[in-house]
Amino acid sequence: MTTSTLAVEATGLVKTFGDQRAVDGIDLQVTAGTVYGVLGPNGAGKTTVIRMLATLLKLDGGSARIFGHDVVKEPQIVRQLIGVTGQYASVDETLSATENLVVFARLLGYSGSAARKKSGELLEEFGLTEAARKPLKNFSGGMRRRLDLAASLLASPPLIFLDEPTTGLDPRTRLQMWDTVRRLVAEGSTVVLTTQYLDEADQLADRIAVIDLGKVVAEGTADELKASVGSSSLHVTLKDVADLDRAAAALSRVLGWTPVVSGARLTAPLADADRVADFLIDLRGADIHLTEFSVSKPSLDEVFLALTGHGVETDEITEEQKEVAA
Amino acid sequence: MTTAVLAPTRELKNHVSLVETIRQSLVMAYRGLLKIKRTPEQLFDVTLQPIIFTVMFTFIFGGAISGDVSSYLPYFIPGILVQTVITTSVVTGVQLREDMGKGVFDRFRSLPIARIAPLAGALLADVIRYAIATTITFIVGMLIGYRPAGGFVGVLLTALLVIAVAWSLSWIFAFFGTIARTAASVQGISFLVLFPLTFLSNIFVPVDSMPAWLQAFVNVNPVSYLVTAARDLSNTGSAGIEVVWALLGALTVVLIFAPLTVRAYMRRT
Repeated sequence: MTTSTLAVEATGLVKTFGDQRAVDGIDLQVTAGTVYGVLGPNGAGKTTVIRMLATLLKLDGGSARIFGHDVVKEPQIVRQLIGVTGQYASVDETLSATENLVVFARLLGYSGSAARKKSGELLEEFGLTEAARKPLKNFSGGMRRRLDLAASLLASPPLIFLDEPTTGLDPRTRLQMWDTVRRLVAEGSTVVLTTQYLDEADQLADRIAVIDLGKVVAEGTADELKASVGSSSLHVTLKDVADLDRAAAALSRVLGWTPVVSGARLTAPLADADRVADFLIDLRGADIHLTEFSVSKPSLDEVFLALTGHGVETDEITEEQKEVAA
Repeated sequence: MTTAVLAPTRELKNHVSLVETIRQSLVMAYRGLLKIKRTPEQLFDVTLQPIIFTVMFTFIFGGAISGDVSSYLPYFIPGILVQTVITTSVVTGVQLREDMGKGVFDRFRSLPIARIAPLAGALLADVIRYAIATTITFIVGMLIGYRPAGGFVGVLLTALLVIAVAWSLSWIFAFFGTIARTAASVQGISFLVLFPLTFLSNIFVPVDSMPAWLQAFVNVNPVSYLVTAARDLSNTGSAGIEVVWALLGALTVVLIFAPLTVRAYMRRT
């Protein structure tokens, strides 16, 4: 076994924008060689946390160390240990993929020929060789994201921050990105990724911090988080959508959770299976009819709901519009 | 189990040496040149403006000020050269502002490089713009009849002096570029500074034709020293103390505005 070196150790991080506390006392501990998922809805403060850890944003409170180096006192050392891939591609639109990588590589100290060689290798690794000479204006969102990640890996940093690496990507490209993350960790890197996709955190992360409104509301492995919510969850589908509000009220009264509603379907975590009978009796008494009823193992969705008190808000459409506009 | 890379073994230091800073600035300048190569349309202003300014002002003012156009040329061409190249340096600030709004500047900030390098590099790449504007101004001047008596060396020294001073002044506009919120406002503030500096000088008309209170300003305006130095170099091949004043003024601007700009840049979030 390895000794548990901490790649990230943050205590009491605070960031305020105006009178809004975007990050409100967050603690994080990331063991080296693992994938750490920061999960939360839009505006929870995920990006702000990453930007603070990556020396891109000043800390308004708390402290953070990257492999033991303080982000405020030793920012240049920290920058030698990290690679950052932002939510929006941080590459040069007007230049070609090769030119981008060569410029970044030369800034990192590679000689001219070494920079070209390394760029060529990374482009091949990320399947961008064919488009290497074209300006990025003609790149798809997925290609840009891949180039962005390639640029972060030029210096082979031991710690890689990925801020929503798959937001706005199509499912196939998303799977490729997941493979890349797994490969990086297999090669010994530490990855901290933010995501609003629960399945992504479930698939990739060794440990997950769920954050909401600038605070960590839960932390643990995916299994621990699921277990903390209850062993199973309840799904019911109503015959008549008009009964939705009454059914939801009955559910939250009897089971103690406000359900997630989608169409005529209600979902809620089920901590105590015995109570289901009470709920069903309530529905019968209120003359609410069901077309479907099931109990299943919880997904991270339910965990998320239980922890934050609201469902997952995806804004995939706006993300994609941004990609197109960019 | 795994022997992973946990603690990094590379050599780490918290400071960037001067040699590395210069090297990184040159890489950033190389990036600027690549951008110009990819989008040559951004050179429109430095090619068209010298032609229009030089021809237009020569024929508007020539007769009124010097009696005829050809005797105005030795007076005016070095002056309009200064005007044109300094105006060009405003664009540096505007483009820097646009560039900084893009994601790629996040990456520059997250790299272990000197904080000044992205700025110095952008400013350095713009030297090519000043060189183009200078060359075209002299060519247009010669096409309409200007014959610099200072010869090739005099013209070359004039060009180097004007480019060096314009580069220094571009730090002022780079500073505006770092603190302003939009590219348009950079242009706005910059021209507020630029117009008094260039028009209240000896570029267009002899100083002794102005009222005394205006002469007082014109005579201390650093642009006037630069114009006088440029005139002497182009028309005689040698120059007096004005060269020193112009260069000292330029150095002062860099010493004040380069640190201010870097600080503002680092503070931006």
